[in-house]
Amino acid sequence: MTLTIDKVALVLGMILMLIGLWGGFTRTNLLKIILSFSIFDTGLNILIVALGYLPGRTAPIIDGNVVTAENLAVKAIDPVPQALVLTAIVIGFGVTALMLAYALKMNQHRKSLDINHYTDLKW
Amino acid sequence: MKNSIAILLVLAFGFFLVHILQLYHTQETLNKTATYYNTNTPAEVGAANVVTAIVVTYRGLDTLGEVTVLFLTAMILGYILRQGGKEKVTKNNTSEILITAANVLIPGSIVLGVYVFINGHLTPGGGFQGGAIIGTAITLMILANPMRTIREGLLHMVESISGFFYVLIGLAGLLFAGGFLDNRILPLGTLGDLFSAGAIPLIYSLIGLKVGTEISSIIANINETGNNTVKL
Amino acid sequence: METFELITLIILAVVMIISAVMAVLSKEMPLAILASGAISLLASIFFLVLASPDVAMTEAAIGAGLTTFLFFIILRKTDQNKTENEK
Repeated sequence: MTLTIDKVALVLGMILMLIGLWGGFTRTNLLKIILSFSIFDTGLNILIVALGYLPGRTAPIIDGNVVTAENLAVKAIDPVPQALVLTAIVIGFGVTALMLAYALKMNQHRKSLDINHYTDLKW
Repeated sequence: MKNSIAILLVLAFGFFLVHILQLYHTQETLNKTATYYNTNTPAEVGAANVVTAIVVTYRGLDTLGEVTVLFLTAMILGYILRQGGKEKVTKNNTSEILITAANVLIPGSIVLGVYVFINGHLTPGGGFQGGAIIGTAITLMILANPMRTIREGLLHMVESISGFFYVLIGLAGLLFAGGFLDNRILPLGTLGDLFSAGAIPLIYSLIGLKVGTEISSIIANINETGNNTVKL
Repeated sequence: METFELITLIILAVVMIISAVMAVLSKEMPLAILASGAISLLASIFFLVLASPDVAMTEAAIGAGLTTFLFFIILRKTDQNKTENEK
């Protein structure tokens, strides 16, 4: 098993996802939980892009020199994960903004961001 | 107790990921779908950037849904933050350096954003990246002059008009070409020209305007919220 | 050439993991937000090496720029509230 760029990226993405998950479970500050979610998001994006990488190939963009319209299928990498991640990043921004707005509302009502102070649903 | 459950869950997830890692091996050739896209994009779509061809044409309906999700996010944000009232900024304590730098940088950033989304079918970039750059320019404008209120009506108008024309171009593809959001309603042109790839530059410009105004309205909404507590 | 590239990437990955742990553990909220922004910025370098410049541009503009800025706005608004409570 030789080490290649995509394996490094795969392991990095997995470790970032685990750190994000751990932070989301153990922190009590709402902003910290949302920050952990965004780390998880970044890790997942790195993982998906790494799955589409083929060693020794380049980006799927025709520039006329290295990649031309004829040798695109043997010179370029898989474009589908890139198209997926492109939209996933924008949606991730929207979701983060929505969560932050709800955190702001919680802070206005309860005067605290610590989830241990939200005692309404505890028994 | 609580921490041990969390660590147990993380370990279970990590075990799952290690299992994926053991099954993974580096591929040498493209799979079927990617081979189809890489072989047929220059002839079918005429775009030099295959990622753009997939986002705008092959998977155009998904992109329409994605832009709609962002639109809904901006709307919900405006709704839930409206109850807090507006924050009154009475004095402008921004530093002189920021104001001067912003005056130089804002027009350049907006031109760069427009350049990125017009050239989306030739070079890396496109509507989402260009929209984000325009959103950053609007953010800089808010930072440099907090007393200025962004005219939300204008933002919403640009956003609605570009969304309307996006769907209209999609329907034109249904009538005059192969299907919804088909880019061959305009001639494909020669590969690598600015005016090529049919309707892709047009569609990506509309997406760029839509994403840029949505991001601007999200930032402006959050920035203007006051902290008046509403009694429930 | 190949090994040099690998060593550089592994160093980058270690820096990103340290930043992630710092973002989760740090008591100072601005430091945590900046560490999260650094992760996004280094991730965009990773995307560029993985031959996906489109994703790298999006991550640099949205992940590193706008999300970090959004967190700072929310931090200012919630801090304001806290100091008003203490008065």
